[in-house]
Amino acid sequence: MDTVQRADPQLYDFKPYRARPKIVWPGGKQIAVWVAPNLEYYELDPPANPNRKSWTRPHPDVVGFSHRDHSNRVSHWRMAEVMTKYGFPGSVSLSVALCQHHPEVVADANRRGWEFFSHGIYNTRYTYGMDEAQERAIIEDSIRTVREATGQTIRGWLAPALTHTTRTLDLLAEYGLHYTCDLYHDDQPQPVKVKSGRLISIPYSLEVNDHYGFFVYNMSPRDYADALIRQYQRLASEGEQSGTVMCIPLHAYLIGQPHRIGPFAEVLKHIAADGRAWIARAGEIADHYYDHHYQEAVHGA
Amino acid sequence: MALEPSYLEYAKRREGYDHDLYEWSSIFSRSPVGWPGGKSVAVWVCVSLEWFPMTPSDKPFRAPGHMVTPYPDYRHYTAREYGTRVGFYRLLDAFKKAGVKASVATNGAIAERYPQIIRDIVAEGHEIIAHSTDMNGTIATGLPEAEERALIDRSLAALSVAGKKPSGWLSIARSQSWNTPRLLKEAGLTYMCDWANDELPYAFSNGLINLPLNHELSDRQVITVQQQSIDSYAQQVVDAFDWLANEAKSHGGRVLPLHITPYIVGLPYRIDAFEKLLEQLSKRREAWFATGEDIVTSWRTQQ
Repeated sequence: MDTVQRADPQLYDFKPYRARPKIVWPGGKQIAVWVAPNLEYYELDPPANPNRKSWTRPHPDVVGFSHRDHSNRVSHWRMAEVMTKYGFPGSVSLSVALCQHHPEVVADANRRGWEFFSHGIYNTRYTYGMDEAQERAIIEDSIRTVREATGQTIRGWLAPALTHTTRTLDLLAEYGLHYTCDLYHDDQPQPVKVKSGRLISIPYSLEVNDHYGFFVYNMSPRDYADALIRQYQRLASEGEQSGTVMCIPLHAYLIGQPHRIGPFAEVLKHIAADGRAWIARAGEIADHYYDHHYQEAVHGA
Repeated sequence: MALEPSYLEYAKRREGYDHDLYEWSSIFSRSPVGWPGGKSVAVWVCVSLEWFPMTPSDKPFRAPGHMVTPYPDYRHYTAREYGTRVGFYRLLDAFKKAGVKASVATNGAIAERYPQIIRDIVAEGHEIIAHSTDMNGTIATGLPEAEERALIDRSLAALSVAGKKPSGWLSIARSQSWNTPRLLKEAGLTYMCDWANDELPYAFSNGLINLPLNHELSDRQVITVQQQSIDSYAQQVVDAFDWLANEAKSHGGRVLPLHITPYIVGLPYRIDAFEKLLEQLSKRREAWFATGEDIVTSWRTQQ
């Protein structure tokens, strides 16, 4: 890749948020809402990647590890019960090695009818520095592991710890995956330019991700709940012109803490009662988009 | 260019953890526990009582709350000492008023320097948890085993002036080496509070018990790190209590740790709200105010 290509790897076309083709979600809904719990496994003593350190402290990083381990011992079930209560299935960003380490967590999510996409093997193994064969290996491992553990074929990808190479998206399309959650340029699904096959971006979110809410913006639990409701109200209202997507990306060890889960439950209750939302899985949103809007977006009406 | 092939090898990809320190279980599939008197939420007040030498050590990293400016950092040294001289006594009074028995995670240096504090803690019925030597006594991998063992012994020896050897341990910044659980067990400790992965006590493979002290609902995290108000802190604690009390109805007893710091919550403009919080919680019929040792003892009899 030369300097110009590196400066903009040409992932998608520029399309302003104005006069767009009208998206209408199933049932005439104005906003597709999906919840993305990250079900992760972080290794206590992972090998070093030359481009990024796993833990800030010498191993064992007791706070870093045990905080995240809370998900798999306590808070996954607390979060999942609240989602089930208000009718929100999860679309799981899965460290696929969790299928080996804690199959009980994966089975619980599967029983609830949640969809799985890959978030890499571990959230402590990064894609930076991989060659093509290594990237293919983690994609193939992901497909195989999730299929064996859940019977599902993964359709999407969120890079492990958001670490990419410039060939990742092409490879995902080549392997027949349908969506990526790694691009944050829009509030609607968008075609992604790939070398072969097709791929779309589905809006995930950094900004209303619970990690950003609590550790970047330092919000209180009630402030975070308020931010989610504002995000929802605005996108639902704009969705009258053309349907929008709101994702709520979660980590059980954050949202499932006892001081946070109550205010969060109120958010789901609010959205479920509003009437404008199509509460869906990522794959359903992708299907609807491919079936009704992809052609027009790529080739024009 | 590629990563080393070993980066895609996963030797410990197996059922259970990638380590043998403790076993996995879900809190929702264990036998429910109950607390004395039919209470369902054990409220565990744990105060960190710390002495920061004006000469901070950065090995392996500077402890949270430590000195900031070039030497001599009178500003932070005295502001921390304010917590020990003034704020902590406000807390002791608040505990007395609300009828609360607390745990005080105490640096050994506090006992050596201010033995009066230890006498006051003991006289008022609170527990002393060993909290290393002083705020330069941070443990991490790289600290030679003999030095780590000596540090644990020094802490316990200093704190035994209370007339009773502590049964609990809290590491500085909860930082441990690979040897720590073994050395704590060898030193005769019953429990530690470093691993924040659960909301009930559980046993490590070597028999040492971990009583999880939550990482995020502390005055340091909420007020100092995240810069929220004392009122927001109190609201979050009450929200947590409400949630746990409700969850306990179907799943058994829960623990709500309140990890607090004298120089943070013991300030004049914050202490009233903290006192009000204690009063509010003490009126809840589900609440059992207990020391760490009380909780661990009650939990053990039910295993």
